[in-house]
Amino acid sequence: MTTHDLVILGSGPAGMAAAAAAVAHGITAVVVDEQPAPGGQIYRSIETTPIKERRILGNDYWCGEELVDGLDDPRIDYRPGTTLWQLTRQLEVGLLQGDQASMVRARHVILAHGAMERPFPVPGWTLPGVMTAGSGQIMLKSGGLVPSAPVVLAGCGPLLLLLAVQYLRAGVPIAALLDTSSPGQYRDALPLMPGALRNIRTLLKGVGLLAELRRAGVKHVRHVTALEAEGENRLERVRWRCGNDPEWHSLTTPLLLLHQGVVPNTQVTRALDCTHDWDERQLSWRPRTDTWLATDVEGVSVAGDAGGIVGAKASAFQGRLAGLGAAIALGRVNEDQIRAEVKRLRRELKRETAIRPFLDTLYQPAAQWRLPEDNTVVCRCEEVTAGEVRNMAKQGCRGPNQTKSFTRCGMGPCQGRMCGLTVSELLADANGQSVSETGYYRLRPPFKPITLGQLATAAEDISR
Amino acid sequence: MFKRLTPPDAPMQKTVIVYFNGRQVTAQDGDTIAAALLAAGVEACRTTPVSGSQRGPYCMMGVCFECLVEVDDVPNVQGCQVHVKDGMQIRSQHGARRLG
Amino acid sequence: MNTYDFAIVGGGLVGSAIAYGLAKASYRVAVLDEGDVAYRASRGNFGLVWVQGKGLEIPSYSQWSMSSASLWPSLSEELWELTGVATQHQAPGGLHLCYSHKEIELRQAELTTLSKATGGQFDFAMLDHEQLREMIPEIGESVTGASWSRWDGHANPLYLLRGLHAGFLRFGGTFLPGSKVHRVQQRGDSFVIEREGERVHAERVVLAAGLGNRLLAPQVGLQAPLVPNRGEILVTERMSPLLNLPTTYLRQTGEGSILLGDSHEDVGFDEGTETPVLSHIAQRAVRALPALAKTRIVRTWGALRVMTPDGYPLYQASLSHPGAFVACCHSGVTLAAAHAKRLAPWIAGDSSPSEIVPFTAERFDVQTANPA
Repeated sequence: MTTHDLVILGSGPAGMAAAAAAVAHGITAVVVDEQPAPGGQIYRSIETTPIKERRILGNDYWCGEELVDGLDDPRIDYRPGTTLWQLTRQLEVGLLQGDQASMVRARHVILAHGAMERPFPVPGWTLPGVMTAGSGQIMLKSGGLVPSAPVVLAGCGPLLLLLAVQYLRAGVPIAALLDTSSPGQYRDALPLMPGALRNIRTLLKGVGLLAELRRAGVKHVRHVTALEAEGENRLERVRWRCGNDPEWHSLTTPLLLLHQGVVPNTQVTRALDCTHDWDERQLSWRPRTDTWLATDVEGVSVAGDAGGIVGAKASAFQGRLAGLGAAIALGRVNEDQIRAEVKRLRRELKRETAIRPFLDTLYQPAAQWRLPEDNTVVCRCEEVTAGEVRNMAKQGCRGPNQTKSFTRCGMGPCQGRMCGLTVSELLADANGQSVSETGYYRLRPPFKPITLGQLATAAEDISR
Repeated sequence: MFKRLTPPDAPMQKTVIVYFNGRQVTAQDGDTIAAALLAAGVEACRTTPVSGSQRGPYCMMGVCFECLVEVDDVPNVQGCQVHVKDGMQIRSQHGARRLG
Repeated sequence: MNTYDFAIVGGGLVGSAIAYGLAKASYRVAVLDEGDVAYRASRGNFGLVWVQGKGLEIPSYSQWSMSSASLWPSLSEELWELTGVATQHQAPGGLHLCYSHKEIELRQAELTTLSKATGGQFDFAMLDHEQLREMIPEIGESVTGASWSRWDGHANPLYLLRGLHAGFLRFGGTFLPGSKVHRVQQRGDSFVIEREGERVHAERVVLAAGLGNRLLAPQVGLQAPLVPNRGEILVTERMSPLLNLPTTYLRQTGEGSILLGDSHEDVGFDEGTETPVLSHIAQRAVRALPALAKTRIVRTWGALRVMTPDGYPLYQASLSHPGAFVACCHSGVTLAAAHAKRLAPWIAGDSSPSEIVPFTAERFDVQTANPA
């Protein structure tokens, strides 16, 4: 089996930065990404986007160009369109490119596969026509595709505001922005302002986005406390309520884009049995890492949003740090030689992440949006409702694995990516336990489906 | 549901012809199958094996597995992860797949 | 102080079936179960309700399995009526595939001996490739034939557990999940079962804690020399119905997924999966059903079987600690009906089913506090 010094999963900001840092110390980095082009989600399609007018996607997008150019370095073995289907604690790496499955070994692995949208289970969210804000951004960046009719955006978080503004700048009519943040959150976030002020640019950006929406007269409905998508076989209208007002409002629309923040994608770190901690502020799990971003599985580090939401700029700093950490671990450089650089990096990282507590608190989705009503589907693949999960708690299921085995919740193709967080929180709530105590699904490879034939072929690499 | 911001006759956008359930769909080079279908007005691309409910793409980034379609006789392909190629035959994924 | 009639240590397939049977007979029963993440052999069960090939060394095991298989339909029906949980039990017969004439001959000889030893009660037929193809049209060319028995079938092991659990609760049982039992002590006429921060009192106690029985059994004058044996399973994407009947390591579930399995690995307490093993399972499946080569695996699993030295169950009542019992096996699905309907009554005081007489620890040459 071929052995590589370093395998990096993901070619977003963290992955690209890690690769750049590693090659500077003589390591050939293999960068694997299932997308056909670099950039991850934040800089998606940056090389090929048809949205050439820079003002639309904004500076924060276009600043990714430099990192992407860095991938052209011949010392970086960049493999687009390649899916990771397996990673073991012995650092056996299973790759799938097109139809070809293979296995290689690594001496060190950096997981930089980013975040995914937090689940947003509301009645009707499985109807065709209900999608995520992230999907709207992907369609915009990759294909210049925008909603053809006035779109309803719903939820909370900077990404939702950003999309709204990008649509605005592209001339896309927005029917309404249904804001689920609660007034109390501004109050809760205020004490964290000093941290936010250390990163005033980011702070002002958010304020600027809101102002832009206001100036354009976008219908911004605040303090939405109930939300439903309705229709026969497809989305026809969106209904909502505000505050304590019992009156339901409604808008006819063929497209609803939901968003309530992003969370680390923990499929791989979970399957490795890395220790994870529940982050009370970000309300998500993150793999436990040390100061070099190493997990408690030897040879595996995590950089970027996959280790806890930090944003694109901080992800790049983390990527760099993890790349340097790998270089140290592989004996290509010793700590003394790069002390100054690392000191600088840590300082920049600290400054860039100072705003996180403020942002995380400000945009924390309220409990009602994470603990849906009984008849709302939580496991989309197996069509299991919140009520069934609560019923399992009544029958003594203290954790998601027992619940999974009794209801099939989490057994579908997405392997719990869409329901895991919701189920853990539902069970914690129903059992009067902390989410930390409740735990998460036990996961195993394959991370993405692989055929029996492909598995057999890949396994042949082991004996070679 | 979705339309192109850049007009289709703008230069440098190569068109790709694919078929969805036998019907011709004009896509752009670089589109994923899911994006091409959405742009062509297709809302639901499959029915679930559990209840037969209609589903369409949700996350567009390979996480949700809602965008499953049959591509050139291969079932359960994530439409958002595969790019369109001329002549591709795409069909709705109705419930569970067949053998072979 | 609440003293239960029975405390069952272990809420897996064995514990739950026994608990169900006892609760149904109106006893006050508590089931003590560990947390969400534990070894839990029950969650790794393949789902066969299997008779053929069992009991080659100890024929009464074949009889015990046949008894359970006969009672299975009524258990399944009962659970459905009581709890609304469907076990998806089907008994269309089952196949053990053979890949050479030598294998066929060997299999035939073994099963013939077994049939004789059970007075013809266990019966079977050998199928050649053509006959096999009639049952499974997509069968691979290199499959020489198979042994078929009408006694075999399959069910959904997780729904079975769910049904037994729900049924147990319906009959007034108390479920006490949360942590591992570490001590069982006799106090006068009854038992105190201890775990973190808690004590449960019961007149009688049944140790059904799978591998955990190793450490608990000696506390009540019994021995449970169990070793873990890992089995790995691959699960495919859902498919429209194609396999009409189960085979030993290849079956289609009620949802349509194909389960592939049957590795036996000596790896200690490692519940993980290993690529060479998974690949071997995959290759064997593709040999049996070549069209599976293009089917996707969506999930893999490893679990530890609860294995006695000879693979046969362990059912024993303690003499030094009357009222304490141990029950372990690695066929918790097949034997669920027997456990609920015949073992539970024995535990409650009825005479022992004749089939289980050989299954005490003395056969392993161990010293128990009970004279053999």
